[in-house]
Amino acid sequence: MLGKTNVKFRQSIVVRFSGDSGDGMQLAGNIFSSVSAEMGEIISTFPDYPAEVRAPQGSLSGVSGFQVHIGHGVHTPGDECDVLVAMNPAALKQNVQFLNKNGVAIVDIDSFKEIDLKKAEFKTDDPYKEIGLKTQIVEVPMTTMVKAALEDSGMDFKSQMKCRNMFALGLICWLFNMPLSSARRFLQHKFGNKPAVFDANCKVLKGGYDYGHNIHASVSKYRIETEDMRPGIYVDVNGNKATAWGLILASEKSGRPLYLGSYPITPATDILHELAKRRDLGVKACQMEDEIAGICSAIGAAYAGSLAVTSTSGPGLSLKSEAMGLAVMSELPLVIIDVQRGGPSTGMPTKTEQTDLLQALYGRSGECPLVVLAATSPTDCFHMAFEAARLAIEHMTPVILLTDAFIANGSSAWRVPEVGDYPEIHPNFVPEEKEGSWHAYSRNDELVRYWSFPGVPGKMHRVGGLERDYDTGVISNSPENHQRMVNTRAQKIANVANHIPELEVKSEHDGCDTIIVGWGGTYGHILTAYEHLNNAGKHLDFAQFQYINPLPLNTREALSKYKTVIVAELNNGQFATYLQSQIPELNIKRINKTQGQPFLVNEIEEGVIKIMEGK
Amino acid sequence: MTNQTYDPKDFKNDVAVRWCPGCGDHAVLNVLHKAMAELGIPPHMIAVVSGIGCSSRLPYYMNTYGFHTIHGRGGAIATGVKVANPQLTVWQISGDGDCLAIGGNHFIHEVRRNVDLNLLLLNNKIYGLTKGQFSPTSDRGCISKSSPYGTTEDPFIPAELVFGARGTFFARGMDVELKINQEIMIEAAGHKGCSVVEILQNCMIFNNGIHNRITDKAVRANRTIHLVHGEKMLFGKNRDMGLVQDGFGLKAVRLDDGDYTIDDVLVHDAHCQDNFLHQQLAMMDGTNLPVALGVIRDVDAPSYETDVAVQVRKIQVKHRFKNLRDMILAGDTWERK
Repeated sequence: MLGKTNVKFRQSIVVRFSGDSGDGMQLAGNIFSSVSAEMGEIISTFPDYPAEVRAPQGSLSGVSGFQVHIGHGVHTPGDECDVLVAMNPAALKQNVQFLNKNGVAIVDIDSFKEIDLKKAEFKTDDPYKEIGLKTQIVEVPMTTMVKAALEDSGMDFKSQMKCRNMFALGLICWLFNMPLSSARRFLQHKFGNKPAVFDANCKVLKGGYDYGHNIHASVSKYRIETEDMRPGIYVDVNGNKATAWGLILASEKSGRPLYLGSYPITPATDILHELAKRRDLGVKACQMEDEIAGICSAIGAAYAGSLAVTSTSGPGLSLKSEAMGLAVMSELPLVIIDVQRGGPSTGMPTKTEQTDLLQALYGRSGECPLVVLAATSPTDCFHMAFEAARLAIEHMTPVILLTDAFIANGSSAWRVPEVGDYPEIHPNFVPEEKEGSWHAYSRNDELVRYWSFPGVPGKMHRVGGLERDYDTGVISNSPENHQRMVNTRAQKIANVANHIPELEVKSEHDGCDTIIVGWGGTYGHILTAYEHLNNAGKHLDFAQFQYINPLPLNTREALSKYKTVIVAELNNGQFATYLQSQIPELNIKRINKTQGQPFLVNEIEEGVIKIMEGK
Repeated sequence: MTNQTYDPKDFKNDVAVRWCPGCGDHAVLNVLHKAMAELGIPPHMIAVVSGIGCSSRLPYYMNTYGFHTIHGRGGAIATGVKVANPQLTVWQISGDGDCLAIGGNHFIHEVRRNVDLNLLLLNNKIYGLTKGQFSPTSDRGCISKSSPYGTTEDPFIPAELVFGARGTFFARGMDVELKINQEIMIEAAGHKGCSVVEILQNCMIFNNGIHNRITDKAVRANRTIHLVHGEKMLFGKNRDMGLVQDGFGLKAVRLDDGDYTIDDVLVHDAHCQDNFLHQQLAMMDGTNLPVALGVIRDVDAPSYETDVAVQVRKIQVKHRFKNLRDMILAGDTWERK
């Protein structure tokens, strides 16, 4: 076990913390990623929660993991990990598949007793052999040492063991040259009002760090290159929090108070949590009695003049369909966040997928167009949430923003926007010159209905789900008028294309005849595959869609010059189908996966090579 | 409030009313215009929200803000309107199907939350707009197009749901009792919280005469009682009958046969927090005890939208963040130069 310390120069490193769901792995992982980010690393994280809320201790179903990728050129949490921390045999068994063959497993050997092995359903007394673990293994008696470190603390054994995650974190900090001072600061933030708990955690943290130092554990000690980024204030955010913050900024920029009507649903609930906290910024976030009440109360708030939002995941989006139709028909601004998860039905609530796209585009009765957007990364959630609100308010339409479990829970370092980085949002209020001739369904040149709401004198009007006469806003059953209104609502959404950025195509080599295309949260993986493929001589271009309905104006021009358009997505081809319907002349090939897991970079690479080689 | 005075026609618009001739909704609409004039709240501060059904067309006939929404969801939408702008007076117009079948969940929750809404529940015990199916308030055995052999289920009694959801206000009217309706609408608007006003209402086409047992002029005085807070519970054409306590329940007695005097008759207390007697009163069905009209329960409790607004203000004052950036910078950040 002992030997000299190696120093490797690596571009990036992936660490996976794993343990029982009560072992505090998420906290250890979070602190490590925050500390790394502070040291100038690019980070990308992936929490992997157990499917069950409280599985039996030490069991396979109770394993919780947190993967952190830090370093240079990091776009994803990484396919494999270089260091695996396993607090018990179940964690080791569940996560060994993610450990790369040159990696290192660090285990708490105190938790590898016969009874522990049995809980993790090992059949022999040689767990390493049984699961085929051939990499370097560092056996650390964590339990013993944590107990010793806290001998004089007056804490009971159970409380002592709650600090075990900090021992693992201390050891990892030592391995990657991370100063304990910043880890302590994060602990101070968490346990600041419980000095005894804070002291105990710090003591154990230092214990882990010193242990690593003292034994000179024969782990390759990576030293990590840092990447320069723009100057500014940085903060670590996950996608859900970034989404919430983007909406708050939009509220500030539009002058419309923010209302959220929501109902708890994995993996979207953290948006509700964050906005519920933000009463400090005037946000009214209301947990309603069901998904339908979530969106309906938001529609009510929109009618009353708010920037109104509802947040959900796939099954909740299904429940909201009829209400979305009402928002389309009454032409109210509304943001619907769908954090996609494995479906259909309850499916795999904690896992990621992109299988709600067609539901978002078409899943309503009648001709019912609305704007559909997708965020590409945890930090892009901020930007796209802002965009969703901007388009909703300026175009008087519901907007669905699709994120997914992967980017919603993953986190990255994010540069806090400076004042002036984002534009003002201009609600389409009734202009003065229209005061006399205005009715509830009067529109501007872009067919956007003017917005007036209760409380404004002299503008009393009635809206609703019934079809309206184009010229008067009064209920109408006229066949010609209905056709005109259907066309008007469609054209209003089409006009949004004039107010969104063009599709950006990445190209490393001139004259490529193949492009790989993705949308939303697969960005990091496809980008990495694109870079690898071009480096390996397989030349192709790349574009990722954030604006799905309407598509950017240059989409046809940008894509139709390629002989082959490869669409990679985490479903059975929904965007490919949509894209084909919009631009029929494209020769579209597909790379699809629906396993509830993100793409692995090499899966995309292999898929592309297969297509390029005509197999 | 404003010093300006209003006339019922200030709340009326020129849209042609499309309910069937003789429908009870006409009477309710006219009384609502009058009640609003008496309340004196400017039309632009009023939002009338409805779901789907005959009665839910009502917002079109108001010169206020109005939102005709989707089936059953009026309560959730009205909640959003009120939370977004607590200054508004929000009316929800619903029927027995809209409110108690498809919208049942929203109904009990708006009552439980005590959102400051005035909810007119027009109960004709039938689906009119879809042409005559039984509703959740139809009596057991009701024969309708979707129950040609009679229903095999018991109805909801709206008041019972209101009490079950810890409602703070319940009143009952009948389409033919214009004065009582106006009185309870005004009381409902004055109550801070979810004011449920059930109005027993006739459907000429699909359920004609459903409430005749109590609304017929010949029997109405004996089969209904108009409850007024602080007054004796008297009824009958000559107000010669009263309600008295009888063991654990209520009893209707005559005051002219020597057994009981006016002193035995209960005095109505709509403001009593305990809802036991309110329930007893609301459940009287016109068989042995008269159907109770008027404000049956009206008690103080915190209203949802007010407490949300108060909490927001308190938390904002405590933190004093100027904006999002200010809030983020107060947390864990680092600077890259």
